[in-house]
Amino acid sequence: MKIHEYQAKQLFKAAGVPVPQGIVAKSAEEAAAAFTTLGGPIAVVKSQIHAGGRGKGTFKEHPTQRGVVLVKSAAEAAENANRMLGSTLVTIQTGDDGKQVNTLFVEQGLKIARELYLGIVVDREVGGPVLIMSSEGGMDIEEVARHSPEKIIAEPFDAVAGLYPYQARKMAYALGFDAIGVRNAEKFLPQICKFFVAYDCSMVEINPLILTEDSQLLALDGKVTFDDNALFRHKDVVALRDLSEEDPAEVRAADTGLSYVKLNGNIGCLVNGAGLAMSTMDLIKLHGGEPANFLDVGGGANEDQVTEAFRIILADKNVKAVLVNIFGGIMKCDIIVSALLNAYEKVGFNVPLVVRLEGTNVEIAREMLKASGRDIISATDLADAAQKVVKSLGA
Amino acid sequence: MSILVSKSTRVITQGITGNSGLFHSQQCRAYAAECQPGVDVFVGGVTPGKGGTTVDGFPVFNSVRDAKEKTGANTSMVFVPPPFCADAILEAADAGMELIVAITEGIPVMDMLRVKRGMAGSKSRLIGPNCPGVITPGIAKIGIMPGYIHKPGTIGIISKSGTLTYEAAWQLGRVGLGQSTAVGIGGDPINGTNYIELLEMFQNDPGTEGILVIGEIGGSAEQLAAEYIKSHVAKPVAGFIAGQTAPPGKRMGHAGAIISGGGGGAAEKMAALRAAGVIVSDSPGGMGDAMKKAMQKA
Repeated sequence: MKIHEYQAKQLFKAAGVPVPQGIVAKSAEEAAAAFTTLGGPIAVVKSQIHAGGRGKGTFKEHPTQRGVVLVKSAAEAAENANRMLGSTLVTIQTGDDGKQVNTLFVEQGLKIARELYLGIVVDREVGGPVLIMSSEGGMDIEEVARHSPEKIIAEPFDAVAGLYPYQARKMAYALGFDAIGVRNAEKFLPQICKFFVAYDCSMVEINPLILTEDSQLLALDGKVTFDDNALFRHKDVVALRDLSEEDPAEVRAADTGLSYVKLNGNIGCLVNGAGLAMSTMDLIKLHGGEPANFLDVGGGANEDQVTEAFRIILADKNVKAVLVNIFGGIMKCDIIVSALLNAYEKVGFNVPLVVRLEGTNVEIAREMLKASGRDIISATDLADAAQKVVKSLGA
Repeated sequence: MSILVSKSTRVITQGITGNSGLFHSQQCRAYAAECQPGVDVFVGGVTPGKGGTTVDGFPVFNSVRDAKEKTGANTSMVFVPPPFCADAILEAADAGMELIVAITEGIPVMDMLRVKRGMAGSKSRLIGPNCPGVITPGIAKIGIMPGYIHKPGTIGIISKSGTLTYEAAWQLGRVGLGQSTAVGIGGDPINGTNYIELLEMFQNDPGTEGILVIGEIGGSAEQLAAEYIKSHVAKPVAGFIAGQTAPPGKRMGHAGAIISGGGGGAAEKMAALRAAGVIVSDSPGGMGDAMKKAMQKA
């Protein structure tokens, strides 16, 4: 799960991680008032969407308006807010459709001496969290990793003990901080690492992390992704979820215990198991088709889930054929077929359906499919299934 | 011969009074009884607070230590729900279980980091979590895989995915290859046992003649496996990587199956395996054939 920048900063602040002063604004009037309250000669008005690249992004309705702007008066804050709120921001990460901006964050302007990068992730090979920093703040870190990997420093830390002060100093000296900067890093870095663990994050990114002219460290941005599996113990985080930022079909699927990811092709797939579901997409592509989605109904695949899965797949207007690929293990194939047939009736299938079943009681299941009299194409193995579903598009 | 599961394996189930814990304990017991008539392989279970009761003939104990002392179990199969699972794994390790097979899906990553730390220096081996388990066909299965698709034989399977492993075992059966042992290592970012340790075990197992490695997008465990194969594995190896068409930044079901930070894509994993001499199938339908080809080449 992801949250907005202003929400991340509220959490940072509560956890003792320094952030600039900022105020949320949902109207032009609020943006103007925020500018006045902050009291500075300058302020920054920032669009709140989950995607990155906001500073360089522009609005569909106002092609010259940027997603993040520097303003010098309350009136200027209001003018920009007027253009931004309710408009669609397109950035390199949103795709062509863009995202509607409903909230702005107005932040104090600061005297920035240096812009740095800070990221924390769990490194699978290290088997623990790693703090990553770079002198190249504000840049795409993957770009930095490709062109100047020597500018990236990484420090693994223990999830239980946290980042030790000596590790923080190591980073600060490597980045060339002055004495005050080192002292501030000794507080800032362990604090943000502690936050990462305490909130069960899978990623924290502060880009840029700024060093002000008086050597204060502040999080000028904040991107946080939480481990979905740990949300049960973070009710405060769940309350921050913004459903308008998520694909409605993916939300609906998750509510039914399905794992669904929308893609751009025209062949819908319904599969049990994540690995087999990914492989089924690969298979369709190998045979010249384009998968419309990833959908894992899980090991059980009961009638309610299959019905909902069909509805979600068919709600995608691009879908011109559907492939069901089930390896029935503990869940017997005949039980799955009766669920399939009932679901088929309920949703009123209107595109070709290819079914490939294997596993326990597969013979009975195939007979049931045949006897149903429904227009369902039966396939024997994976390659056969892929060929048939791709061919059904042309039929 | 086989790895991890042998005739001396005795298993208790942690979380045996839950629905899936009991159901799969029954399935596992039935499979073992077919393979080893007259031998009790699944000897009981643990649910704190329900010690002293029985469930469908399985004695239930309050703690793993108790269960071990009373039954002589050396292996634990874990079905404890995600919020409590890390604790259950650590309890099993503390009680000295030689093998811990964690089936549970959805354990927080931070919990697994604590488990890894808690198990440092422990003699217990953890398989999973979020995995189908381990099966030595003809001896016993510890997990949720359908027993009948696995035939006894000489191929070792190491896989991150459940149903894809079933698919692989079924395809191997069609080309006349059975399995020595099939191991699901799980689809989570942090797991107990990785490819390399199992490659080493299969390389050293006289009952294994070839190895099938099934990976998926996310992380770089497959690349590390490839390096290991190149320098340490003499037996023929075939492979498959799921997720060639997965878009970056999207979690594909498994918590670990996500292409992020310009790494973890299928293409680079396949290339790494091929460079190590592994016969890699492009299609999930070709896993059996790839293994057969690898065996013939050897």
